[in-house]
Amino acid sequence: MKSVDQDTPRQDGGDALVPQPVTDDAPAPREKFSLQSLMRGDLGFIPVLLTLALITIYFQLTTSGIFLQARNLSNLTQQIVVISILSVAAVLVLLLGEIDLSLAAVAQACAAIMAVVSVYQGFNAWVAIGVALLAGAVIGLVNGFFVAVLRVPSFIVTLAGSIGYAGFLLLVMGQQSTLIVRDETIRSLAPTYLNPVLGWGIPFAVLVFYALGLFYEQRRRLQAGLKARSTSQLAGQLAIVTAIVAIMVFLFQSYQGVPQAVMIALSIVVVFWLLLKKTTFGRHLYAVGGNAEAARRAGINVVGMKIAVFTLASTLAAFAGIMLTSRSTAVATQVSSTLLLNAIAAAVIGGVSLFGGRGTVWAVVLGALVIGSLDNGLDLLNQPQSVKSIVQGAVLLLAVTADAVVRRSGLKSGR
Amino acid sequence: MTETVSLQASDRSASGQPRLQMRNISKSFGGVRALRNVDFDVYAGEVVGLVGDNGAGKSTLIKTMSGAYIPDAGEILIDGQPVTIQNPQDATRLGIETVYQDLALCDNLDVVANLWLGREASRSLGGLRVLDETEMERQTIEVLKTLEVKIPSVRSIVASLSGGQRQCIAVAKTILRQPKVVLLDEPTAALGVAQTRQVLNLILRLKQQGLAVVVISHNLHDVFEVTDRITVMRLGQRVSTYETRNTTPEAIVAAITGAKNSGANGAI
Repeated sequence: MKSVDQDTPRQDGGDALVPQPVTDDAPAPREKFSLQSLMRGDLGFIPVLLTLALITIYFQLTTSGIFLQARNLSNLTQQIVVISILSVAAVLVLLLGEIDLSLAAVAQACAAIMAVVSVYQGFNAWVAIGVALLAGAVIGLVNGFFVAVLRVPSFIVTLAGSIGYAGFLLLVMGQQSTLIVRDETIRSLAPTYLNPVLGWGIPFAVLVFYALGLFYEQRRRLQAGLKARSTSQLAGQLAIVTAIVAIMVFLFQSYQGVPQAVMIALSIVVVFWLLLKKTTFGRHLYAVGGNAEAARRAGINVVGMKIAVFTLASTLAAFAGIMLTSRSTAVATQVSSTLLLNAIAAAVIGGVSLFGGRGTVWAVVLGALVIGSLDNGLDLLNQPQSVKSIVQGAVLLLAVTADAVVRRSGLKSGR
Repeated sequence: MTETVSLQASDRSASGQPRLQMRNISKSFGGVRALRNVDFDVYAGEVVGLVGDNGAGKSTLIKTMSGAYIPDAGEILIDGQPVTIQNPQDATRLGIETVYQDLALCDNLDVVANLWLGREASRSLGGLRVLDETEMERQTIEVLKTLEVKIPSVRSIVASLSGGQRQCIAVAKTILRQPKVVLLDEPTAALGVAQTRQVLNLILRLKQQGLAVVVISHNLHDVFEVTDRITVMRLGQRVSTYETRNTTPEAIVAAITGAKNSGANGAI
């Protein structure tokens, strides 16, 4: 790494032992595109976008055009809803520099609680969902208590948790090995398609708010005398985002409409993105993940943050379990073996660091799309589970390796 | 947190009162007497160097100032008023800020986020509290300009800065709280020549701003460049305090090692 110091030691005599800093205000030259900047992860999402593009092109060619058909894209996005929600939970915990291996077990156990409350106790669907979410929160509190207060490594706490909650799942289910949920409200959560008014309306309402936010921020920055991006830059950014949204909605509409589940998952991503980026809570979360001691000295309640994040994560996991149940209309006693790893893999593929403090919640969308595309594409090619597992394992290994290499090159350059 | 950062210079001779004064401070850890009846003072607009061998009690003394340790005996006065410092929060409230050796910066956050960590400015947006990035960035630029700290951008990630720049950011972070006294623990340790200059410049800037600055350092060269007075500690006691311009590094080394008694040239 080059030195960025602009001070040059001068040999002044007398009492001017300490030279005044050089006053030229030359901005640091912009980093050129290089393999190194790629290694440091400065390019953000570009590597994963390229990966996604390659996967898409490959499957589009080998499936003779089926892959990018509206029907298949609609299916694909609905297949990754549960992974995405679970992955948002994983991102929160990973940003903290911890890990939660119990997410899938929590999802399943809470789904079972909802099913039992709904089927056996005969309660209203919303009561059942509320109880499930509450159970998730309580489980998160327990996880967080062990990790933050008793300072047991989260790896162990949640590994033990994943076994324990899977047992709890069996306990809740009793004799049943699958419990079919017949409640219409619960069953309609995931497979419903929004009508065109909502399908077009909601995304574009959000876009309008996004645009207002961008220009409001630009105006405030200019008023405060700060550098702000030009109006044409903002317009360009807005145009790209609008185009992506419009194409997506158009594709969905040309099949059966925007799937409600996809809308819910994206809403969760957007809400948590805002939470992480725009609030004190989010800022403190990144700070704890980056340097817990510095955060503590700055007066941040590190223990409280950890408990809050584990609670949020488990509550989200419970919600993912509810969506899973709604899609499959039943709860099984078997915890899916790939669900947890796929959720964490989606986060890591999207660039969230396993070592804490680095990454955004949008990683989830890209990571889940990569995993979902592989799964979906290989299915279209009639590949057996063996091939699917090998490919997914390789992609995950690649992503984690990239994370480790980026981190190491960061350390080498004196970070 | 919307008031602008202003640092008025106050004249030492005008007040005549030390900004921070410690009288007869003693502190023991079990059977070890880490501090024995230590007196120490620092005036506004002054830099005092605190030197001594390892185990001389420098760090213990600094930690009693910053609230990490509670002294067994003695009193602490700020602007002539006796105060009690039971914990770091007390010290912060009284305007004593400490910059530790290990910096306490979050490498993954940018300069603005680090400067405001734990005290983020926020504003209400439709009933929700959101970070006020504009305000924080404006004040960060202002503070860094006052301190003449040069960095590529206030939105640079701290990990990408040099050691000297990081040290400057760590100091600037304390300045945002408008302290009266700044304690610097080995601010130039492990820095290169140019980076050391940067930090020494910053210390002089703090002095110009009227702050009372205490610098712990093993590097006598640096101590002689920036301090007005030098307090030498040895075996838990204050050996003596010297006017920097009236003493020599040799005299200080002699005092640190105990080779000469404290009546050496330049002693007050």
